[in-house]
Amino acid sequence: MAESYFLTDPRRLLEDWLSAGWRVIAPLLRDDALVPDILHDPDALPRGYTDQQAPGRYRLVPGDSERWFDAVVGPQGWKRWLHPPERKLWSARRGETGFEVTPDTEDWPATIFFGVRPCDLAAIARQAEVFRRAGDPAYTTRLAATRIVAVNCGRSAETCFCASMQTGPGARSAHDLALTEIEGGLLVEIGSKDGTAMLEGRALPTATPAQVQQAALRIEAAATSQPRAMPAKIAKRLQEVPDDPHWEEIASRCLHCANCTAVCPTCFCTDVTDRTSLDGKTAERWQRWDSCFSLDFSFLNGGPVRSSTAARYRQWMTHKLSSWHEQFGSSGCTGCGRCITWCPAGIDLVAEAGALAKGE
Amino acid sequence: MIDPVRIPSALLPRLFRVVENCPELSDVSTLAILPVDGTLDAGRPGQFNMLYAFGVGEIAISISGNPSDNSALLHTIRNVGAVSGALCALREGATLGLRGPFGTPWPLTDQTGRDLLFIAGGLGLAPLRSAILQALAMRSAFRSISLLVGARSPSQILYPAQLADWAGGGALRLSLTVDRAIPGWTGMVGVVTTRLERALEGCDPANVSALVCGPEVMMRHCCLALEDMGVPSSAQWISMERNMKCATGSCGHCQFGPDFVCRDGPVFRWDRIAERLRIREI
Repeated sequence: MAESYFLTDPRRLLEDWLSAGWRVIAPLLRDDALVPDILHDPDALPRGYTDQQAPGRYRLVPGDSERWFDAVVGPQGWKRWLHPPERKLWSARRGETGFEVTPDTEDWPATIFFGVRPCDLAAIARQAEVFRRAGDPAYTTRLAATRIVAVNCGRSAETCFCASMQTGPGARSAHDLALTEIEGGLLVEIGSKDGTAMLEGRALPTATPAQVQQAALRIEAAATSQPRAMPAKIAKRLQEVPDDPHWEEIASRCLHCANCTAVCPTCFCTDVTDRTSLDGKTAERWQRWDSCFSLDFSFLNGGPVRSSTAARYRQWMTHKLSSWHEQFGSSGCTGCGRCITWCPAGIDLVAEAGALAKGE
Repeated sequence: MIDPVRIPSALLPRLFRVVENCPELSDVSTLAILPVDGTLDAGRPGQFNMLYAFGVGEIAISISGNPSDNSALLHTIRNVGAVSGALCALREGATLGLRGPFGTPWPLTDQTGRDLLFIAGGLGLAPLRSAILQALAMRSAFRSISLLVGARSPSQILYPAQLADWAGGGALRLSLTVDRAIPGWTGMVGVVTTRLERALEGCDPANVSALVCGPEVMMRHCCLALEDMGVPSSAQWISMERNMKCATGSCGHCQFGPDFVCRDGPVFRWDRIAERLRIREI
């Protein structure tokens, strides 16, 4: 069994790390939602909240005032830090004999991600695999200089389905420390050598077997409480139903707004654009998030390949739940449920997968 | 504590210079380019490069020159948009950016002893030209080489002088056909699928390897017709086109089912993707 300790207040660890000079990023209160952002003061760590999530609905509401982590995933994962929405790739300047290209670099400070849920741990691993295969070192370079403190879920939102995706609600992917909220404090488990180093200088009491068991029971309860489960054979099934009339039915509700792709912690697609100065002497090459729901996404000379909403929804869902296995060796879905919560039309990915799996 | 890290740049182009801009058709030019510094990677027939026009953008263009000629890299470009227009307008001495080569090549070296059939529709001859030149350079490796070229009209036939050279020298058997004739055209009229039987004359269909490039609908109908005539579906290859941005399999744009056309293609064996091409808007 991994070493585990008991901690009464997570702010003590945050204090240690902030004073040692780490940049700490944690889910903080932003616009009535929990959003990963830079933490400057341990007291800014939200406490006493829970959330209500349903198709097309998210509310952060007061909960048990003693608890830290009852509110689970908010609208943003850790994607915007590791795979930023906008990134300058390089710039170019026109000279006498042509133009010259200057690479763009940035520095990534030593960072701790605090409060990464198991579904998002899996999402980080899956995005890392995409960029590893593409040979783009930026993502993995940031990740290598980042320590990860996971938080196991002792409560699921109604939209969570990580248990059926085998990603949670207990941490299963790589992390340095994992916290589980139990009676009177937190169980701290060490996931790596770096995790051991992160606890240096703070003598935490070893957790009792009862505390370890309590944490396991809470995670188990969070798993069994999830009302949604992805059909087990959905990857294969989606390859068989490209002509199913149900795609048109989904399209009649889908606004192709791209919210699902923006909140999805694994969606990685990007576009590149040039930003050129008015005098035409300098140009910058920018990469920014794109979505397979936009009409321009599949544009070829003559028009878009996927002009109908049905084709674009089919592309998103088939890629996420099926093609991803062939491309990267796992599902592209981690069961975080964000696409369900943040769909303005309340389209439920799991329910649509269920409808398409019918008649199997 | 660990030290801050520097995030490396990505998708950085190399600088190339235009050696020659050769007009081919009213809206098509071939750029011959060389790297400003360093050595040239001529790539393999069927592969493509990402060409960048300063301040405008970057597009995927197939390599269309002789793979064993290191004096310049050739790209034949049709002016259909902002970037292709800017590239076609580059004069001798101008600079452009290049990333590549990327993608899968035509599988020529595996076709020893076979009857090669190249089928080009319109500008589809450009990505095939490298393969044809390679095949001609290793002519004795194949039983025969045929080239079937279809164009909308006689004025739209690409590389007419080179086609005449190839046919005149007897190195390959050439069939030309146009969708619409004009006064003075004495050749064949009709879409390429109507000329397949003739192109296969004297060959055992089971010994034919077909390399097809053109509009998607033309490639699909050609391959289906060749299958009907007995050419094995596993001996046919096509070159797919999709929107490409990164060319490294991470921007997502060129996905075609589970394949990234930039990485798993552009050259695909027909039997691997035939079923997928039937699906609308995939």
